[in-house]
Amino acid sequence: MADEKEELEPLPSVLADGLKRQVLAVQDYAKLSFQSVSNAFTPPFYWADTLEQMDVIGVGSLPIIVLTGFFIGGVLVLQTAAQFERFGETALTGDAVALALVRELGPAITALLVAGRNASGIASEIGSMVVTEQVDAMRALGTDPIRKLMTPRVLATVAMLPLLTAVSDFVGLIGGFLVAYFTLRLGAVQFWTRAIHALDFGDLVQGFAKPFVFAFIISTVACFMGLRVKGGTQGVGRATTSAVVISSVILLVTDTFITRLLLWAFHK
Amino acid sequence: MTRAVPPAESRGQFSELVPGEPVISFKDVRIGFDEREVLQGISFETLPGETKVLLGEGGSGKTVIMKLAAGLMRPDSGTVTVMGHDIGAMPENELLQFRRHIGFVFQEGALFDSMTVSENVSFRLDEEGVDEAEADKRVHEALRFVEMEPAIERFPGELSGGMRRRVSIARALVDHPPIVFYDSPTAGLDPVTCQTIMSLILRGRDLQGVTSLLATQRVQDAFSLANFRYDKSTNRIVRDKRENGNAAQPTNQAQRAPVQSDAPRKALTPNVSKGREGEAASIVENGAISPTNVLVLREGKIYFEGPADELLRTSDAYLKEFLASAR
Repeated sequence: MADEKEELEPLPSVLADGLKRQVLAVQDYAKLSFQSVSNAFTPPFYWADTLEQMDVIGVGSLPIIVLTGFFIGGVLVLQTAAQFERFGETALTGDAVALALVRELGPAITALLVAGRNASGIASEIGSMVVTEQVDAMRALGTDPIRKLMTPRVLATVAMLPLLTAVSDFVGLIGGFLVAYFTLRLGAVQFWTRAIHALDFGDLVQGFAKPFVFAFIISTVACFMGLRVKGGTQGVGRATTSAVVISSVILLVTDTFITRLLLWAFHK
Repeated sequence: MTRAVPPAESRGQFSELVPGEPVISFKDVRIGFDEREVLQGISFETLPGETKVLLGEGGSGKTVIMKLAAGLMRPDSGTVTVMGHDIGAMPENELLQFRRHIGFVFQEGALFDSMTVSENVSFRLDEEGVDEAEADKRVHEALRFVEMEPAIERFPGELSGGMRRRVSIARALVDHPPIVFYDSPTAGLDPVTCQTIMSLILRGRDLQGVTSLLATQRVQDAFSLANFRYDKSTNRIVRDKRENGNAAQPTNQAQRAPVQSDAPRKALTPNVSKGREGEAASIVENGAISPTNVLVLREGKIYFEGPADELLRTSDAYLKEFLASAR
């Protein structure tokens, strides 16, 4: 009993240790992210690996992005139309759908889907390599695993997410138009004219700046979680879950700040 | 992929092993994990051409020593010097360059599971930008050496444990490194496969004259290296004719041998090779095989260091018990 009492650490010390670990993790993450970016400017360049990752992340994510984008556009029309009908302003549906999709829903939902699909894939793939000593083997063979594994994934995600967002926005508008056409009897010219005119340069900047930041968050968090895996297959599972949860939370929090910043920048 | 690193032929600052000076040197090395000190002041030296067998129970720090020597870990205190360079103080980008001079065989092989056997073995050559035809030739040569040529297009997942270990040896030796680390190469394998793996290590050692560290829990592995040698003329593994095998201290001849990693390379297969310049190769070809010494670890400290035959004659109770249990 006396031994058990001795083993218990005082609460402030436990909290301080926990806090220290978190600060160290943030520091490691920052260092790793910086290294992954700086690697992109010095040789060797792993273009083949980057192209392969672009295929996996970009082309591989396309079906779910198209599918979800379409239905999000559709449901957005259903929700907004119900409100606009009360004021007899259903013609404004095109404006609402375009602004909501391009400014916010397109980038955020596409990023969340890519986080779910690719952050988990990246973390589990790299994590499995860590626990089976493949990452150590790579280092032992004189290859930098950050340069070989992380940089191509970061570059590929940063290149692909804005394109996926553009596809998602476009398909979402098509979905919105079809629902508007069949439920509100809104004409094609009316819908598309209003949708396009509703958007100005600031909206497009907002819609396409966000995916770059989100892509960076998703890929660096996923690689970081994968590279620090400990504890065998159970550790890989934990890292995979953490990669999705943490990257999703960070990107949504960041979204708020970017939105505020860009609204201020474009005087909205 | 863009070629960015110098080929193995121009290894620059790491190109030469200084005759008579230790290739690997540990001085009062300490390292701990989770408040447990795994190595408690380890000091030893490995001379050019020497094979140091690290024996010890699981968790005694054998793998940690190998990883420290390869620069995959850094010591908490003490110095790890390899080829005259302080590995513990070297920045990672220099370490990557340094590691091109070593071969590392991991315990479970650590083959890249998304690549074929051929891609695994040629990984280092591809990174160094070796010409495709030359790389292909060397990959075939290395796989022929480990008798895995028929599996060249298979994936690691399709191979047995012993086959994976053999491919891992081929990957480590494909670029003819002057230093090779074998981390428990026979762990978890059946006796016949263990014998095959050890014969490959013997052949690699006696054909290339490499300096190596070999971690194992099997005492037989240490005695195999100490008492057997590869006979080039008959292409067979034979017992060393000298009394007590080669388990004597490193010979003066071996210590004098300048082992240059950028010297013309000796092929792994004897019939392909036309010999390597320099005394190290001639020592091997004259049949005086590289010296083998044993280092027994116990609870993070060196408990015994010396030739294998001395270990065999020990009267120490712990070593006797260890020898009996580790056979």
